[in-house]
This record gives sequence, C-alpha cells and structure tokens, in this order.
Amino acid sequence: MAIIEHMHVGIDEVRRKLEEVKDPEIDTVSIVELGMVEAIEVKEGHVVVKILPTFLGCPALPIIQKNIEQVLWSLRGVVSINVKFIHSPPWTSDRINDAGRKGLKKFGIAPPPRFEEDGSWHVDCPFCLSTYVTMENLFGPTACRSILYCKSCKNPFEAMKPVSTL
Amino acid sequence: MNEHFVYAHREELISLLLQLADDDFIYAFRGAEWLGLAPHIEEDVASASISQNSMGHASMFYELAEELGLDEANILAHARPAKERRNSILLERVNGEGSYMGTPTYNWAYTVVRNYFYTQAKKIKMESLRSSSYTPLIDVALKVNMELHYHLLHWRTWFVQLVGATEEANEKMVSAIKEVMVDFGDLFSYGKESETIIAAGLIESSDVLLERWKQQMESIFHVGGLDLHLLTFKTEKNGRNQEHTADLDQAIATLAEVYQVDPAAIW
Repeated sequence: MAIIEHMHVGIDEVRRKLEEVKDPEIDTVSIVELGMVEAIEVKEGHVVVKILPTFLGCPALPIIQKNIEQVLWSLRGVVSINVKFIHSPPWTSDRINDAGRKGLKKFGIAPPPRFEEDGSWHVDCPFCLSTYVTMENLFGPTACRSILYCKSCKNPFEAMKPVSTL
Repeated sequence: MNEHFVYAHREELISLLLQLADDDFIYAFRGAEWLGLAPHIEEDVASASISQNSMGHASMFYELAEELGLDEANILAHARPAKERRNSILLERVNGEGSYMGTPTYNWAYTVVRNYFYTQAKKIKMESLRSSSYTPLIDVALKVNMELHYHLLHWRTWFVQLVGATEEANEKMVSAIKEVMVDFGDLFSYGKESETIIAAGLIESSDVLLERWKQQMESIFHVGGLDLHLLTFKTEKNGRNQEHTADLDQAIATLAEVYQVDPAAIW
C-alpha cells in the first residue's frame, strides 16, 4: 500500500514567504512591512491572500500579484493561489511597520510622517536627519512619493506621502 | 451587501457607477494629453501622477459595475461609443486648440479652472458616498477621497496663485471660469435616473451637493477677489443622459486606437 502524505501548507509558512515579496519599485521593503497584506486564508492547500493597494492607480499591483504567486508556488503543499485586492479597510501610511520604515530610509526615502492636528506634516532628511528641508513637488515618480530637498546636506530626496482617512 | 437591495436597484447603481467612472476616465485622458506640455517639469510630474490616480479611480468604479454583470472594465472604458457614455460634458472638452501630435496651443488657465472645479465637486461626491446605501461604493469612495486630498490641494493652489498673479493671468482666469461654467451644469446632475438614485439612498441630492460646492467656492472667490456672479449653472446638454459633443468622439477615437487594433489582446 502506498503511503500518501497529506502535507498541506500552513498559514505561518505563507506569511514568512510573503516577506520575500518586495515592493517592485523599492526593493528594501516587503509588502508585509508596508502593511499591504490584510489577510491570509489557508484551507487544505488552497491559499487566499488579501492585499490592500497603497494607491488605486498603482501600476505595480499586477507585478506584486505575479510575485506573490511565484514565491508561494515554491512552498510544498500549495494546491491553488488566489490573490485578491480589497479596499476595506483602506490602506493608510501608518500601516507601515518599523522594519518597513527602516527599509524605506535605506533606499533614501523618508518614511511617511504623521499628520499634525491642522492637517500639515513634516519630514526629516533620510540622509543627514536635518529638519531643514523644502518640498519641491508633492507629486513624485510614483503615486505614493513626494520630492523634497535637504538644505543642510544639499541632497534631493523622496518621502512617502502620508495617507490617512482624516 | 443585501442581494435584494442590489436586485431592486441594479439600474440606478449602474447609472451612478458609470457616471463616476466615465467622469474620471475622460478627466484622466485629458490630463494625460498634457504630458510633456505642462508649464514646467514639476507640473508635468504632478499632472501625470494625478491622471494616473484618476485612471485608477475610474477603474475601481468600472469594476464595481462589472460586478453587477456589465462587461469587463477594460471593455467599458475602451469599447463604448460616445452615445453610451455618461460623463459630464465639461470633462470631455478639449484642452485647447491643436493636438499634442501636431502644434498644441492648450489653455492652461482653462485646465486649472476645470480641474479645480471638478476636483472640488468630486471631493463633495466622495464624502456624500461615505453614507451610501451600497457598501462597496462606501469602501471605494473612502479610498478615493484619501488620494483626492492631494489633488485638491494641488489645483486649489494653482487656482489661487494664478488668480492673484499678474493682471494678464487674472484676465485669463476670469475668462476661463466663464468658459468652464458654460458646461458645468450637468456635473452634479444624475440625469434621467436622478429620482431613483436618490430614493435608493445611493448618494445625496444634486441640490445639496451643489450647495456645498458653492460654499467652498465662496471662500476661495473671496480670497481671490473674484465675483461670485461668474458662477452660473445653465445647461444645454446633459452628459448624464448620454448627450455629448464631438470632442468626446475625438477623445474616444484617440484613446481606444490601440485597443481597437486587437480588442482580444491580453495586456
């Protein structure tokens, strides 16, 4: 009699594997660190991953989907993979965890600041930590980033836009 | 979401979703036509980013319509002729004389006024949709509204600064406001389905929303020393009832050109 092993993939394995999926445009942060993974469901090898897009028009979403599928297929016991983009709760920039904030800085991107009570916000230079910076353009090379300039170390840099439901 | 609600209000839902989607889709297209032509490089980046976001918003609204049994979002965006579209006439108007393929003499003042007035109107709609009777629309509106914060900040800044700049700039802005207001009348309209859309609790009435828009304008017009009588609301055509201008035919022919080469192509 043949011995059939019923080895199905577990939820923790899936979560660990998702740490390998980086933002296609910022390779020092993972989608887990960015707070984009809202839920993981695993049932007898059928994996459902629910992802919150950072910005609705973000062209990186299909790439992220493909990358998730690719890393998860490398796990043993995966029968199917379903990546779903959902919109509730809405992604906000305070979902980025400490590792994500460090990863952004490493890339030269200032992590998103918190909004002040009056709706304003402030960013420090990711290179020299100076607060002496100016906003060059609220809109940057991707939907989630702004372009700033540090008057202390004379470097242009980018910052994640703060996004909040306020 | 209660299936019975969707069944009972399917037509109203589809009408409103297509109005929202078609507005953002054509707005994003006209914005994208400025690529490489905006007044300076930072504006080129900003305009492109705003257009990309807005295309994302259109795509979300089309997908909600798709979930109600309509064609796939890509088909809704590319394959429908002008006579099936429900966008406001204001948003289909060309950016100015000429074309980006030849010699464009686009009107920046007109673009700033149109984009500011539209973005403020859209913000008011998104806020109203947060108490919509259709839950999937609440979720999308909440997300759209977060991004819209930056669009509104951008266009309001341009508006106030140009109005308060040189005499020439001020004159161009006043004349642009007049030109924009010619087509503004259908922006808050829901067209023929208006009564049922409101009765279903999908969004508040046009009058309520228009009043909120006017309040916003009052404070900005006051800052810029502009005459509030510039804001007139007559409409000859209503885009919500699929009445359009030749400008929309031209836009669709251009934006769907690649799609029409091979509608079955996989992107």
